[in-house]
Amino acid sequence: MEKRVVFNERWLPILLLMPQLLITIVFFFIPAGEALYQSLFRQDAFGLTMEFAGLDNFRMLFTDPNYLASFRTTAIFSVGVTVFGLAVALVLAWFADRLIRGATTVKTMIIWPYAIAPAIAGVLWMFLFNPSLGLVAHWLKMLGVDWNYLLNGTQALVLVTFISAWKQISYNFLFFLAGLQSIPKSLLEAAAMDGARSWKRFWSITFPLLTPTTFFLLVINMIYAFFDTFPIIDAVTQGGPAQSTEILVYKVYNDGFKGLDIGGSAAQSIILMIVVTLLTIVQFRHVERRVSY
Amino acid sequence: MVERNRILDWLTWAVVLAGIVLVCFPIYVTFVASSLTATEVLQSPMTLIPGPHLIENYRTALFVGVGESSVPVGLMLFNSLVLAMGVAVGKIATSIISAYAVVYFRFPFRKLAFWAIFVTLMLPVEVRIMPTYKVVSDLGMINTRSGLILPIVASATATFLFRQMFLTVPDELTEAARVDGAGPMQFFWHILLPLSYTTIAALFVIQFIYGWNQYLWPLLITTDRNLTPIVVGVTQMISRGGDAATQWNLVMATVMLAMIPPAVIVVLLQRWFVKGLIETEK
Repeated sequence: MEKRVVFNERWLPILLLMPQLLITIVFFFIPAGEALYQSLFRQDAFGLTMEFAGLDNFRMLFTDPNYLASFRTTAIFSVGVTVFGLAVALVLAWFADRLIRGATTVKTMIIWPYAIAPAIAGVLWMFLFNPSLGLVAHWLKMLGVDWNYLLNGTQALVLVTFISAWKQISYNFLFFLAGLQSIPKSLLEAAAMDGARSWKRFWSITFPLLTPTTFFLLVINMIYAFFDTFPIIDAVTQGGPAQSTEILVYKVYNDGFKGLDIGGSAAQSIILMIVVTLLTIVQFRHVERRVSY
Repeated sequence: MVERNRILDWLTWAVVLAGIVLVCFPIYVTFVASSLTATEVLQSPMTLIPGPHLIENYRTALFVGVGESSVPVGLMLFNSLVLAMGVAVGKIATSIISAYAVVYFRFPFRKLAFWAIFVTLMLPVEVRIMPTYKVVSDLGMINTRSGLILPIVASATATFLFRQMFLTVPDELTEAARVDGAGPMQFFWHILLPLSYTTIAALFVIQFIYGWNQYLWPLLITTDRNLTPIVVGVTQMISRGGDAATQWNLVMATVMLAMIPPAVIVVLLQRWFVKGLIETEK
């Protein structure tokens, strides 16, 4: 879509674009280019010499068991976050949509935690799950669970997955509720007259009509799990114990800033850029032609 | 509702209440912990009844600070406010003028400029963290507010949103303004900007929260504690693993203080917030 009526200035538009373009070039294109450049070189720990390495950094990554383990962790983590976050939010939204009284208050109560920073969400739950003083940890021990996420890698991964999904509930809830409210009530009434019970109506009408919303949230939650959960991991486990919660984006940071492996970290950045680009393309293609019936 | 169903009605309330508990329980526990003494918090299981030390704890946190070598939380709140306002205002200001340029003018490389901005959407700062850090340090902007704010100001989402909004503005308005002798900047100030107020309000809520909640970037850029925003400051108060050495009652008071400003914005401006959230993701 284009405007028919435009202004005929020559320099004004360039001037108006300048601030945004400058920021984009300096803090975006230069760093991205630098990452690409660095990923092709090998550098010693002191940053004194650079040696051209071709695709060696990438080849090393894909033969490095730690990196492959991080890929596996990220896959489990992101699927867990997405499925759990979406399921809880959908159930909540479906029931909240049935409410007649108190609907606004309920909505506000569930939506406002969107404002909580991921790092803060990490601290909130870390306090509850802390093996020595946490309240929920105490309950778990009463149930006979040997809870110590600081030593047990599986428990640590479950914990960060849970916290990350919890943080997304408000967001998913909001979109599911909007999706549910846009479904014409007449469709559901017609089905009810034909004798379809609630459960049947949900699966044969509501759920298919929610497909666009669900698909959109699926992609958004994947992107969230891949990249925006960094603060949760850093606040709760720092990738530990023994790398059991080291997702890809945490490894970029760890290898770059703690391990000082510039080339390796840059190569990881490039791989992540490709992943996020693919996810974004999927998201936009979906926006272009909304999945619908 | 389609039909009456007693059991389903009860189930509805049960599920909704369970949801509210799931979402709000950790925040309640945090509130209780922030009203106790440090030793009371360490008792396992911790009580769920608020204690009498609320005001005292918040006062200590706000004006004295938590743990050794820490700055008062009041200062951290100020740093967060500067960061959030800087990001929100910066993003809106740079985006609205660049969207104006792209929509209302014809110039060489217009499409290229738009795509150059648009592609930034794809790369969150976490992904390109090392090289971005290097650029900022080469510019001597470590431990400065501009080094903290500028790299996260570029916003493809906001530019895109303003562009979409401008495209719906009728051409007749532009023509009428031109007939009346208005230049491009007058048109922008007196017609386009007032038409954009709702979009600006919605974006402001989202971007304020985005700025307030930043973590990794401030963690790296502000090694000077006087610049640390509260979200980063809180995590630095907790000794690794969160054991008994942490002054949990004061930490929890700080956590409450970190949550209140963005939460107030979401609750008070809920209408704009919902609009902003749904539109920025379209």
